[in-house]
Amino acid sequence: MSRSPFRSLVCCFVVATLTCSTASAQVAIRGKTIYTMAGAAIEDGVVVIQDGKITAIGQANQIAVPPAFRVLEAKVVTPGLIDAHSTVGFSGILNHAHDQDQLERSAPIQPELRAIDAYNAQEDLIEWIRSFGVTTIHAGHAPGELMSGQTLVAKTFGKTASAAVIVESRAVAATIGPAAQKSGAKSPGTRGKTMAMLRAELIKAREYREKQQRAAAAGEKGEPPARDLRLETLGRILSGEQPLMITNHRAQDIASALRLAKEFEIKIWLDGASEAYLLIDDIKAAGVPVIVHPTMARAFGEHDNLSFETAAKLVAAGIPVALQSGYEAYVPKTRVVLFEAAVAAGNGLKFEQALRTITIDAAKILGIDARVGSLEVGKDGDVALYDGDPFEYTSHCVGCVIQGRVVSEVVR
Amino acid sequence: MRATGCLCLAWSLVLSANTLLSQERPQAFVGARIIRIEADEIDSGVLVIEKGKIVAVGAAGEVQIPDGANKVDVAGRVIMPGLVDTHSHIGGSGGLGGADGSGPIQPGVRIYDSINVHDSGFKRAVAGGLTTLNIMPGSGHLISGQTLYAKLRLANPKPKKIDQFFIVDSDGAPMGGLKMANGTNSQHEPPFPGTRGKSAFLVREQYIKAREYQDKIVRAAGDPAKLPPRDLNLEALVEAMRGKRIVHHHTHRHDDIMTVLRLAQEFNLHVVLHHVSDGWKVADEIAAAHVPCSVIVIDSPGGKLEARYARFETGGILEKAGVLTAFHTDDWITDARVFRRSAALAVRAGMSRAGALKALTLAGAEMLGLDKRIGSLAPGKDADFAILENDPLSVYCKTLETWVEGVKVFDRGDPTDYLYAVGGYGAGHDQSPYLCCFDDADTGGAR
Repeated sequence: MSRSPFRSLVCCFVVATLTCSTASAQVAIRGKTIYTMAGAAIEDGVVVIQDGKITAIGQANQIAVPPAFRVLEAKVVTPGLIDAHSTVGFSGILNHAHDQDQLERSAPIQPELRAIDAYNAQEDLIEWIRSFGVTTIHAGHAPGELMSGQTLVAKTFGKTASAAVIVESRAVAATIGPAAQKSGAKSPGTRGKTMAMLRAELIKAREYREKQQRAAAAGEKGEPPARDLRLETLGRILSGEQPLMITNHRAQDIASALRLAKEFEIKIWLDGASEAYLLIDDIKAAGVPVIVHPTMARAFGEHDNLSFETAAKLVAAGIPVALQSGYEAYVPKTRVVLFEAAVAAGNGLKFEQALRTITIDAAKILGIDARVGSLEVGKDGDVALYDGDPFEYTSHCVGCVIQGRVVSEVVR
Repeated sequence: MRATGCLCLAWSLVLSANTLLSQERPQAFVGARIIRIEADEIDSGVLVIEKGKIVAVGAAGEVQIPDGANKVDVAGRVIMPGLVDTHSHIGGSGGLGGADGSGPIQPGVRIYDSINVHDSGFKRAVAGGLTTLNIMPGSGHLISGQTLYAKLRLANPKPKKIDQFFIVDSDGAPMGGLKMANGTNSQHEPPFPGTRGKSAFLVREQYIKAREYQDKIVRAAGDPAKLPPRDLNLEALVEAMRGKRIVHHHTHRHDDIMTVLRLAQEFNLHVVLHHVSDGWKVADEIAAAHVPCSVIVIDSPGGKLEARYARFETGGILEKAGVLTAFHTDDWITDARVFRRSAALAVRAGMSRAGALKALTLAGAEMLGLDKRIGSLAPGKDADFAILENDPLSVYCKTLETWVEGVKVFDRGDPTDYLYAVGGYGAGHDQSPYLCCFDDADTGGAR
């Protein structure tokens, strides 16, 4: 494709417009209670956001809001919520073949599929979750194949994938258990074969990496192997640069995931993990975080032993926990992570613990806590506003701010 | 074997004695906030039950507690009627039950011939404070069969057969409705319809046939020689046209809703509209037809074209239009343990508190034709109720106990009941792994 001068001109214009409107978004948010997730809650507080970043936070009577700033007010203010595992933007609202990009079924192992090439930043469900205060999602290729592809981290605002995305490739999604098993030669048909295929692929990637390293060491004379997008991706897992997010539910599959992590010395996240409560000591000893299934996920198939109390049990043991909306095959097309945390709060998690699973603790697991997850000076101005306890069914989200821009004012 | 048999018999006698005791001796629940539904909430009330029925309910001090009553202190708790779920698929372990793939119209099929009473979904339902379910076949057919109104009599003795859940009519027959569907779920390859026009035609054709069948029976005036051969399919449709069987009609889109209203008028059907994702768009039309709606509340719109405009506001909009409105779980679609949440989310989006609580109880009872027996706390009604911690519309609400006809069927303090209430290892056994709309990958291949 040739780049016409006209095209460049259009691009410049768009960039200029965006920069301009972001720059004008100077906003302060006053809250009766502000949960900063970095220390105690602030009563009668204010968050000041300038040029997209938090520049001041504290008690309202001690912070001067610059003149001409737009001031929003709410009873309860929290950091913008983080959904640690979603398929919004990939699994579209209509649920027709042509708006479903979360799962490529042509082969069981395709870690080379990038999420950014599939993300629909204008998908309707993004607006829906944003209106409940969700500002950041970790989303991408879904469970259902052995290695279905990569994931990304995006803000729930932005016209294009590149405008919305803050981490282009975050993890590689893998599935262990019946969901990835199929009849036929390509996919595994049993648990034993599942692990054999995963191990074989990682060993191949290790050999590829060693070839690359030997070539690099040989300097000019070195002959690097031909580029292989799949093995390159897996190389980033072997180097520890990226984690393997392993979706599984049965305790035996969780144990297999931990074995795999140990054998290849790779970083993994357990995802779903319905029976994680049976292996608390092992998970803790392995230092592995858990992105727990939606609290209200349906208890059938391999999830049939899931519990409303799993998040509470793992948090009590000191395991890093985030909650998720997960993948939904039918209705509702997406869950809302706020509601999943709410039910966890109604089943053993204390209020602030539950809030952590969808803010700062999720940010830490996802490696984005330098930017989001708490209300602190220097972090992104991502804020959710509520008219009461955010977990109460009858409260409303009354506003949502992303990088200082008021992106939702629907009362929902 | 014989010895075991005797032991079992002896044990069941003990159980029966307990049951009798709990039903014969009046019980007075004292001090709870009582949500009566048909009258104002009482801050500190008394509920008296005896022999499976409510004998008195009112403010403390105004209600006479019978001599010899077992007094239960429930101060600080909330008591409300057992929830009525107008649309449930619990009990279909291994499938939804009802009609098979042989054709789109199978009204002769009874759901109760396929219900597994050991399905753990029943345990979860009582943990959610539900006491009556309308158990339905799925929506993959224009007419998928007869539904069952089930009372969750889960205790003393534990159910072994579906008969234990029956609510019988004056003829001694188990009560139920007729499940119908239009829109996309019931469209498949032939012999199923492929369009909305064909769907409506096929259904009208059958009802016309049923009307002629009925006319023949009337004309025969009891003469066996003139009677048409018995036809179970047409019989069920005749029951629907005579109002003996309420038609529970799955329908989402506004135009499909209007089609149901036309059909109801043409064949004089007592119809309840189920799901009604687009109900808010034609609320006035529904109100004018005096047809009730049972609404599903789901966490986001979409999942299929027809649910594209589903909104939390639907309940409130229908309420304001004057439509009798209930909610349902559609369990597995939403979990019976969090059924109260449907009402709470509707309140969040504008429905009145009283209307939303009625929509979980009495409105549903009315849609099953059972409002004389259940759905509110009033003297003479069945002693079906739940004792709660916290307000029923709160996320922090917990069902402490559920009672059906004066017998406790759920006790959060009991370790087994607790397991079903929150989940955990073993809680999922005997469950239905398969629904109409999930494929192998979605169910983990566990069909």
